[in-house]
Amino acid sequence: MPQLDFATWPPQLIWLAITFGILYLVISKFALPKIGGTIESRQNRIASDLDEAQRLKDDSEKAIAAYEAALAEAKAKAHGIAQETRDTLKAEIEAERAALDAQLNERLAKAEASIAATKAEALKSVEQVASDAAGAIVSRLIGSKTTAAAVKKAIADAK
Amino acid sequence: MAGSSEGGGGINPMHQFEVHSIVPIKLGSIDASFTNASLWMVIVVASVCLLLLLSSSKLVPSRLQSVGELAYEFVANMMRDILGDSGRAFFPLVFTLFMFVLASNMWGMINIPVLLHPFTVTSHIIVTFAMAMFVFILATIVGFVKHGAGYLKLFVPSGVPAVLLPLLVVIETISYFTRPISLSVRLFANMMAGHTMLKVFAGFVVGMGVLGGWAPLALMVAFTGLEILVAFLQAYVFAVLTCIYLNDAINMHH
Repeated sequence: MPQLDFATWPPQLIWLAITFGILYLVISKFALPKIGGTIESRQNRIASDLDEAQRLKDDSEKAIAAYEAALAEAKAKAHGIAQETRDTLKAEIEAERAALDAQLNERLAKAEASIAATKAEALKSVEQVASDAAGAIVSRLIGSKTTAAAVKKAIADAK
Repeated sequence: MAGSSEGGGGINPMHQFEVHSIVPIKLGSIDASFTNASLWMVIVVASVCLLLLLSSSKLVPSRLQSVGELAYEFVANMMRDILGDSGRAFFPLVFTLFMFVLASNMWGMINIPVLLHPFTVTSHIIVTFAMAMFVFILATIVGFVKHGAGYLKLFVPSGVPAVLLPLLVVIETISYFTRPISLSVRLFANMMAGHTMLKVFAGFVVGMGVLGGWAPLALMVAFTGLEILVAFLQAYVFAVLTCIYLNDAINMHH
């Protein structure tokens, strides 16, 4: 078995020490810091990207909340304005109707008054005509003249 | 040591594990030659360094970059599961062990004909044992530095009848000191057995010729897939056990 050829041991040990020592130096001084740094910077980058994404998400959520608040406020405001407008319009209409009512009532009263006056006038002239007609009929029946005063008196008595 | 059996009639399945000198170097009386094993260690280290350093570091990773990041997070998660946050200081070491063993095992699966004879660094017991001893000694030192003599409580299981205690202390002590052996032999044996088996079947493919060689070839393809799984799994197991030993030393959970 060549492995047990003791003569080959010293050179193998010496060269193992040399090569292994060089490999250890290269790995510990250069390779591991380099690879470790790369991995770490990648992890940092991923972490910062995730943080950034979280921050943007928070921002957008805040923006949505602000938008919804503004929307609700605008809705409330619009509602208020509509209500106010409705109220003022109602008040105006009410006032106009009241004025119109008053005017109409006045005209009605005037008209009623004039109707009453006309009626009274008409009644008075009817009375006159009736008493005239009654006087004429009575004088025709009795053949003598009747005075208007007597007729009037008789009508008044008959009433 | 030279590949004498190559080109010979029989195929020696152990030939692939032979170490031969490429550039002879002497440090005093110690042989420090640059061998094919050294060459493959350099290839392993260079490939891991290239993979980890040359890949981009973009926010959206490229393919090569995600391989490195996958390995990083794989080892980091494994350490966090076993050691918690107390083992951060050992992350570079465990990561280096994992990548070294994984790349060694994986390179052992790649054969570039003529140009490079495949060689698995981790198929040599001395290499795996050296790494396992390093982990074992490190864990022991960390344990004593962290807990002082209290670290010896690791060998005394709690809630055990006094009669059984001496026996259990002996068992615990033995199991502690066999850790480097089990850790190294597990990796070495897996690598060696897999490669030997593949070589044996490859010998059958040649031996049985065009007519009969297809069956062992099909088997080899299947075993190659299995060996790639084993290559990964053994690197993982080595790293996990390193974490567990370090966890015993740091947190003394037993």
